[in-house]
Amino acid sequence: MAHYDTELAIIGAGPAGLAAAVEAAKRGVETTIIDENMKAGGQLFKQIHKFFGSHRHLAGTRGYNIGEMLLDEIAKLRVNTLLSTVAFGFFEDNRIGIYREGEVSSIVAKQVIIATGALENPLKFKGWTLPGVMGAGAVQTMINVNGVLPGRKVLMVGSGNVGLIVSYQLLQAGAEVVALVEALPQISGWHVHAGKIWRLGIPIYLSHTIVEAEGREFVTGAVIAGINNKFEVIKGTERKLDVDLICIAVGLRPLIEVARLANCRIGYVDGLGGFLPLHNEYMMSSRKDVYVAGDCTGVEEASTAMEEGRLAGLSCAYSLGKVKRESYDMAARIINSNMMELRIGSFGDERRRCKEEIFHHFAALG
Amino acid sequence: MQEGLRIEDHPILDFKKNRGKKVHITVNGKRMEAYEGEPIAAALVASGIKVFRRTPKLHMPRGLYCAIGRCTDCIMNVNGVPSIRTCVTPVEDGMIIKNQGI
Repeated sequence: MAHYDTELAIIGAGPAGLAAAVEAAKRGVETTIIDENMKAGGQLFKQIHKFFGSHRHLAGTRGYNIGEMLLDEIAKLRVNTLLSTVAFGFFEDNRIGIYREGEVSSIVAKQVIIATGALENPLKFKGWTLPGVMGAGAVQTMINVNGVLPGRKVLMVGSGNVGLIVSYQLLQAGAEVVALVEALPQISGWHVHAGKIWRLGIPIYLSHTIVEAEGREFVTGAVIAGINNKFEVIKGTERKLDVDLICIAVGLRPLIEVARLANCRIGYVDGLGGFLPLHNEYMMSSRKDVYVAGDCTGVEEASTAMEEGRLAGLSCAYSLGKVKRESYDMAARIINSNMMELRIGSFGDERRRCKEEIFHHFAALG
Repeated sequence: MQEGLRIEDHPILDFKKNRGKKVHITVNGKRMEAYEGEPIAAALVASGIKVFRRTPKLHMPRGLYCAIGRCTDCIMNVNGVPSIRTCVTPVEDGMIIKNQGI
């Protein structure tokens, strides 16, 4: 049975995990990063739009270019990267059970960072299990990474940033977006994204929901309807749409299986996706020598995930004695101030408040 | 292969340049084209296949849903091994892929 010893093991090679690996490895930490996918980069490679924020947050750079930059860096820093590798268990002394190339083995690490990302929420309605009902992020993977169209005429459910961005990217991929429905009386995502599809004349039905996915073997149509302020369908407002793909973009939730296996204390914070591992402002979890970062600690954006990853990587380097206290404090302060810049504005304020709630719960653990 | 389900003309991305070697796979006895290294699910989507499996009891159709290996709705029998997540398993030349639970 193969076995690996490492100073730092990172579970998940998305934006948070990769940024953590860079930050730790460049301070001399021997780092191993594992991911169950065939390629590192997490969801960055399907983000073909330009990121927002300031220059420091790589605004104006497309997500997949940020992914390439991070992969270049970890290659240069000789981070040991194990792909198609599943973490299935978390035992005493930071021993992580892994499944790789048909074999079970383990990694023992002095420090661990869990950066497992998030999963799309499903939505239940008549016909919700039919082929042709897909997560919007799943559709985004198909059109932007694999270059295949899972449908030609699309109904998008949800007007958050994922729903808006994927609608536009479906148009870029050559599909027709028939309509977008949003249960709330206003658009949930950024208007800069909404404007792109609005200007092209795609109808956005506010205070509307999907009632039914039609079809016997796969989706052949959809029924949408208006809803009142109690989210009940208003009779007589139903209308049929001719679609073959229904994309569900109703938010994400943290993927916390590995954090649970590691016995990290879990809390519930609605505004960041629900159950998540509690942590402090240095991304330390309740379990000794285990840090957490990115969407698995509360769903935000790739930019915030990278900052949290940097902070976790830096904190591990400090715990391993690779950084002096003063330079740690200074570097952490810079990352935190970059992160705060991403948590401002009408959406950011709420996320900052939720993060503070997590820190507060963590402090109360004692 | 169904016409036009491979994206060829895109304002930002160039898929032609990045695709792997053209290979062949057999899906439910039918030989079809695929690209080496792409997820099996992508090859099936490109061929217009929507039903990936049926549920064991009620025989309800299921297809690709999450595309990141979590929901297991896309599992199929690959080279005789059942319950393979086709969305995270790369295509290899000559793979034999079948529905399961029918």
